Order: sequence, then C-alpha cells, then structure tokens
Amino acid sequence: MSDVTDLGIAGLRDGFRAGEFSARDVAEAFNARVDAADALNAFLVKTPDHALAAADVADAARAAGEAPKPLAGVPIGMKDLFCTKGVATTAASHILEGFVPPYESAVSQNLWDAGAGMLGKLNMDQFAMGSSNETSAFGNVISPWRRKDGGNAPLAPGGSSGGSSSAVAARLCPGATGTDTGGSIRQPAAFTGISGIKPTYGRCSRWGTIAFASSLDQAGPMARDVRDCAIMLEAMAGFDVRDATSLQLDVPQWEAGLSADLKGKRIGIPKEYRVDGMPAEIETLWQQGIDWLRDAGAEIVEVSLPHTKYALPAYYIIAPAEASSNLARYDGVRYGLRDLPEGAGLQDMYAATRADGFGDEVKRRIMIGTYVLSAGFYDAYYTQAQKVRTLIARDFERAWEACDLLLAPTAPSAAFALGEKSADPIAMYLNDVFTVPSSLAGLPAMSVPGGLDAAGLPLGLQIIGKPLDEQGVLNAGLAIEQRAGFVARPEAWW
Amino acid sequence: MTEHAYRIQGATGEWEVVIGLEVHAQVTSDAKLFSGAATTFGAEPNTQVSLVDAAMPGMLPVPNRECIRQAVRTGMAIDAQINKWSRFDRKNYFYADLPQGYQISQLYHPLVGEGAIEISLDDKNPDAAGKTIGVERIHVEQDAGKLMHDQHPTRSYVDLNRSGVALMEIVSRPDMRSPAEAGAYLSKLRSILRYVGSCDGNMDQGSMRADVNVSVRKPGDEYGTRTETKNVNSVRFVMAVVEQEAKRQVEVIEAGGKIVQETRLYDPDRNETRSMRSKEDAHDYRYFPDPDLLPLELDDAFLDECRASLPELPDSKRARYEAAGITRYNAAVLTADVDTARWFDALLDAGASAVPAANWVTSELFGALNRLGKDIAASPVSPAQAAELLALVADGTLSGSLAKQVFEVMLETGDAPAKIVEDRGLKQTSDTGAIEAVIADVMAKNPNQLAQYRGGKEALFGFFVGQTMKAMGGKANPGVVNELLKKALG
Repeated sequence: MSDVTDLGIAGLRDGFRAGEFSARDVAEAFNARVDAADALNAFLVKTPDHALAAADVADAARAAGEAPKPLAGVPIGMKDLFCTKGVATTAASHILEGFVPPYESAVSQNLWDAGAGMLGKLNMDQFAMGSSNETSAFGNVISPWRRKDGGNAPLAPGGSSGGSSSAVAARLCPGATGTDTGGSIRQPAAFTGISGIKPTYGRCSRWGTIAFASSLDQAGPMARDVRDCAIMLEAMAGFDVRDATSLQLDVPQWEAGLSADLKGKRIGIPKEYRVDGMPAEIETLWQQGIDWLRDAGAEIVEVSLPHTKYALPAYYIIAPAEASSNLARYDGVRYGLRDLPEGAGLQDMYAATRADGFGDEVKRRIMIGTYVLSAGFYDAYYTQAQKVRTLIARDFERAWEACDLLLAPTAPSAAFALGEKSADPIAMYLNDVFTVPSSLAGLPAMSVPGGLDAAGLPLGLQIIGKPLDEQGVLNAGLAIEQRAGFVARPEAWW
Repeated sequence: MTEHAYRIQGATGEWEVVIGLEVHAQVTSDAKLFSGAATTFGAEPNTQVSLVDAAMPGMLPVPNRECIRQAVRTGMAIDAQINKWSRFDRKNYFYADLPQGYQISQLYHPLVGEGAIEISLDDKNPDAAGKTIGVERIHVEQDAGKLMHDQHPTRSYVDLNRSGVALMEIVSRPDMRSPAEAGAYLSKLRSILRYVGSCDGNMDQGSMRADVNVSVRKPGDEYGTRTETKNVNSVRFVMAVVEQEAKRQVEVIEAGGKIVQETRLYDPDRNETRSMRSKEDAHDYRYFPDPDLLPLELDDAFLDECRASLPELPDSKRARYEAAGITRYNAAVLTADVDTARWFDALLDAGASAVPAANWVTSELFGALNRLGKDIAASPVSPAQAAELLALVADGTLSGSLAKQVFEVMLETGDAPAKIVEDRGLKQTSDTGAIEAVIADVMAKNPNQLAQYRGGKEALFGFFVGQTMKAMGGKANPGVVNELLKKALG
C-alpha cells in the first residue's frame, strides 16, 4: 500500500470507507509526518491523541456498520486562531500564551462533528496580522518550497495562515483550516501550491474564532485540491445563532455540485488588476488562466472595477480600526499574560502587559486603528474608508451585470524570502492588493495553483464570485485545476 | 405654570437653573443584552457571567430580543419616535470592570427618538401645575461590572455579574428649571417604567440612576456651561444636586470665576458635589459601529406586538378615575405608583364603586399600611376582601365606624369581613323599636338639654345623636337614628 499521507481528503475518506485502511492507520501516519517536520515550525501544539481518538471513533463506527460521517477517518490541522477546548490557543501571540479555552469554536466543533480529528494547532501570523508568518511570537513557519536555483534561502509560506499552507503543502495534513481577513487563506495557498477558499462573509460562524477584524474575518479550508476544499467547507460552514453576522442559510452540497464545464459562464477580467511592476510570469499565468477557462466553455469579458486602487488603503484603515477595539480585551485582567510591575496601578499593568504581550506588527495596527478612530480623524479616515468600501462593493455589483465570475492573480509575486520584506510594512501590505477588494465586499474567492515560476515556485490564480456563489468559484477552480495539471510538490528537506 | 419661577438670588441678581437628566434604567429581563447569562440582583459575585460577558477570546454578542422589546415599549409609553433602523456602536475605553475594553452602546442611531413626559408639580391639581419635558432619545447599552476595593488590603476584585446587563439610557431635553421639576420628572419617569414593566425602578439597588446636568444663566440669556453629576440614585438626591450645584455655580460666576465643563460626584453625607474629572482629561471613546452586530431592523409585526402589550399608562388611568367621579387629588395619588393602581383596579373589578373605594383606599388602607410599614403589594387585606367590606358599608350593614373596627380585625386576622361581622356581632342595627327605646331613655336622662333644644338651641341635635349612638354601642344605623330622633324631639 502506498503512503496514506499522499492522499488528500477525498482519497482518505473514500479509502477509509472502502476499507482500504483504518482511520487509526491514517492518524498514526500523519502524526508521524507532523513529528518529523519540526524544522518547518508549522505546528504550535501537536495533538496526536485528538487525531487518534477521532480515528478510533471512526473505526468503531465503521465496524458497527454505521453510516460514515463526512470526514470520518480524516485528520486535519487547525489554525491557532480557532479556540479549541482544552488545547492551548494563542493566535501565535505571547499575550495569550498559556491560554486554554474552556470552549470549542463553532468551526472546529463542526469539523469534529463531521468526524475529523485534529493533528495540532497551526502557527500563523500573530492575531492573523501579516503576510509572511514572520509576526508569530513563536518563530516563523518556513515554506517547504525552495527555489530551484540552488539558493536555499528559507521562503515565506505566506500569511497569515502560513502554518496551514506549509503543513498542507508538506503533506503533514491533508487539509487545514485557515482564516481570511484580507487574503490570509488565498495568498499562502498561492505561495505553497495548494488550494484555499474564503467563502462568502457569514457562511462560517465566527464564534470562538479569535477576532482580528470582525467585518472581514471569515474561515475557510486549505487543501490540496478543489474537491477537498469543497468537502471541508461543507463541514465548516453553517448558520450559528451565536454569531449575529452568520447567514441563516442551508449549506449547499458543493462537492456534489462540482462541474468543470463552464459553458454559459462569463468570466470577467478586471483591467485595474493589471498593476504596474507586475512580474511577467504573473501576467503570463493570468493569460494562461484565461485560456483555460475559455477552453472550459466560458466566455471571457473585460470588466472594470474602478475603485480598486483605493481598496488597500481603505482596508488598512478598517481592519486596524476594528482590530484596535477587538484586541482591547487582552488587558491582563482575566486571562493570558499579566505583567504587574512592583507597585504598579491598573494603567501600569495595562501598559506593561500589552507592551510585552503584543508583537510589533500587532502594536502597529492597534496604533493605526486607534488613530483613525480618534476624535478629529474619524471622518477623514474611518468614515471615508467605509465609503470606499461601499464603492468597491458597488464596483463588483456592476461587474456582475457583465460576468458571473472574476479571474485574477492571487498575489503579485511568488513566495519571497523570509526577512525580505519584514522591514518594510508597506511592501508587505502590497501582497494583499488582489485579495483585499473581494474581502471588503464579502465575496467568495479562492486560490488554485496555476503553475511554477522560473525559480520553480508555485503561482496561484484567484477566482472571485458573486455573494453565495461558492459553487461557481469552486467549479471555475476545478476547470483550471484540470487544465493546469499542477502536480509539483516540494522536495522534502526538513 | 402657576408656581412662581424658581430663582437663585445672587449678588448680581436672579439666576435661572437649567437641568437635563440622563437616566440609566436597567431593563427588566431574565437575560443580559448580548448574552444568555442571568441578571438576578444580589447573587454571589461572578455567578451570572457567560463567556461573552467575560469577553473571552472569540466570543460574540447577540442581541436579546426581550431587551429590545422593553426599550421599544418604553419609547411607545412616552409617545416617542421608534426608529425601525438603529445600530450599535462601541465606546472604547480601558477599565478593569469593562472586560471587552469597550461598551456596546448606541451613539449615532438610537433605538428611540424624540418623546415627551408630562410632569405635575401639584398632586392636588395636576393639570394646572403641569409641564411637558422633552425626551431627546432612548438608547440601549451594556452595563459594566463592579470593582470591589474592600476585599483585600492591596488588591481590587472584579465582579462581572452586572457586566453586559441591559440598560436604557433615557436622555431628557434641558427642559427643567427647578429642583422640584427635576424631582417630578424622575418620579414620573420611574412611574412610567414601572407601569410598562421595562424597569423595576429600584433606585436603592441601582436599577435606576441619573446623571444630572446643571447650568445657570440670567433669565433670558444663552445656556451657561453645564456640569454633569454622575450616578445619583434617589429623587431626593437629584433635587439636592440641582440645588447645591446651581448655588455653587452662581457663587463661582459671581466671584469672577468660570464654570468648567466637568464630571462631578455627589456626596450625600456632606450634601455637596465634587469634581471628578474635567473635559480636558475626558476619554476619547473612539465610537464606531460594532462590526460584530448587524443594524437592528424592526418590522411592523414586532412594533404592533409591542404596542398591543402596553398597559394603561398613568395619565390615562388618572383621567379614567376622574371621569368616574374620583377627586383629582385621589386620582393622582392612586395612579402615581403602578402597584397602587393595580390594587385599586382590582378593587374596582371586585365590584367596589369608585368614589367610596378611592376615599377608603387613600385614608383607611394607606393609613393602615403606613402603620404596618408595608407596601400595598404586601397588603394583608386583598382587594377582594376590601370590596366585600365596602359592600357591607354600601348596603347599610356597617356604619363607617363599624367598618373601621371590622377593618382592624381583618388586618389582624385576615378573616373575611362578613365572618367578622357575624362572629363579633358588629352588625349595624336599623331596628326602629330598639332605637326608639334608647332614644326615649336618652331624653329621659337629659331633661335640661331637651328643654334647651326645644327652646330653639338646635345645635344640641348632635348631642342627642351622639348619646343615642353611644348607648347603642355604635351599631345603630345613623340614618335611622337621625330620622327617629327628629321625630321624637319634635
């Protein structure tokens, strides 16, 4: 029998159901992979027992002839932004070091209810703020990919879901949860040659997911291919009364609805996404994607999203504004870190705890957010940014009059070397240029691998859909996946 | 207004005081505004706290329908505009009793808009001494927890039981001009809240507290700079704050000083207000729409249900009582508090006729309750028993003085009046034979008075009535006695 860790979610599920292997075999094999990959620093906490316990339940159910659960026999990785009952959850921050939630997030609970087990908690950018994983308080994740030019510079796995992308790409888990606020699923997926989808805002409950920017945060799956994403998203999504922004809708059967036939679909190519200084390889891949979708039966139309250039500045006002408030609860009073200098009063405790507990990027965003909400600046920044957000949403609504889906690159470059951009926050923020507009509009969007650049690094293509049209997004992703024939995988060096 | 305008006599002339109140009223609800945690007063510290109230990571607020409903009903009770679209905002500041680091409130788009409350400064003549006080808005917001500094020599403790409890903030217009008006407004507001059932109005338990905004000006001038005295928790204290703060402001201004916009605290022991913080060190609350919550949109069915569930309110109840012949004063007294009004309505429902019932409640019942130190809700005599007693008076079975005796026994024993009358033989007699015999006896024993009476001193009629009643042990029907005496005395 071949190595089960070569299988994705569908392969594991189907093989388990067919009796080709036990769920315990699968959990043990992935636990071993995780254990052997410490060099990637993808996991903050390993939970082999959780994976084994879920596997034993699946095996017992199968032995008893019970109908298998959707993810029975499938162990996954859990981004550390999701609170997991009895398992340390830190959002890769020092301020939450040692915090063990007495509750389970809605998304992780949905996955356990679907039969999945947990291999461990995945490293990430601190509080999901970052595009390279360098803001983690516990050291950055390293991408399993390396440039083929022989330079062994460690590469960024993308962010903020960099532990998830690295772990899936390195076959440490067949799938992992991610969260996407401005591109945190799609950009790391693109950097590591895997697929990832951010569903429509409100599809996945935010209850129990540590908040970065509430109006933007959305959970989604990261996996090896489009089908695996569809399977996992079906398990993660669903209405939750505990989240007032959760959509009261049934979860569609996305896997059953998969079809790479795009006849009758119109694909919009947003002209404003052709930015200055875009690498030729990205441009070429985008053209290639257009050809593939045309080949799948779609009609290609050029569309305009005129306010695109304002998306990034608006995002970097709205997201930090919300974050500055969302992160106020980390104050040293009730849980997590408390720094109480000798003779300190309450204000001193706040200052010491937060100075010590938050990393530089988190502090930067809290300060930006505090500034843009402060008296005298609120209208010039926050109100203005909200207006821009409305205009961007309107851009998309207009585009939907001419097309059903949009195709664009996921990121403006392939993975960069760790350290390459960490000194320049603006350069780092520019990574989100193609992913942020759809986040501001709350639209479903996914990244699928399109090919490799000259250095042998993966490049991603992004499909953006109308609200609630995850199916259309997945189907276009599938059409690209089938034509791209992306089979490259990183050679194990870790 | 018939009363003389309230003025402060300063060295430079007369000053007028301008008052606005922001009243925080705890919404009567089993659960908190954004969590399912309970809200019982006086529970052990930190026993009424959900994960949301403690602001655990990843926890989210979900609006409690009942709290919204109560605020809407309150708005309807003061004829206010109900905003079908409103929104929650975050008020950001750090404090140990505020787990989220922000209070969820409504700054920009409150649930309830402009309304009004009629106040009265004279119970005896409510219409003549009435005034309309504008209400600018009512919004809903979360309460904070409580710090306890007396549990440990060097540490403070936090009790989060109140954290997240729903409050209505009811903001008046600066329409009040005297301590009496401020007191009347707060009393009337409390009365309305208790009628509606949206707040229990227990000021001593902190269910209702007022921030008192006061400024002074020369009559006719522009508004002066105001101060805000926080968390005043009784009607009496609100009146005292207005009086003291207005006096202080006049003194400051007349001494050449300036009033600074600031937050003050009231010290009831010394009957003075003290500065807490000035505008300069006021927080920048960085209000912005709460991104965890969608705008609150109310549909017509919800509003209809809210309206249909409103009880008869004090002003219309008073009008109804007056129309039934009850005096203005009694009608005002009977409707001021919802418990009294409920008790009185139950008495009417049990068949008592309005005017004697009103007289009896305001004199006999109130007097008895006062002696016993009991609220009307805890009255040892039920409305049904009282109705029975009044019926016995109405049908002539009991005289007024016998009714008093029976009532005393009812208070002691809880027995039904008919039983008491039976057991103790307190029944009034209209037996003319017996009364005539007594009259004859009284006349025989008082020949002098009889002669004087017959000589034209008619005032002595009362003497004969008194003597006859006394001899009958108070049980004679006074009407019959009168009639027979007139005949006998000639």
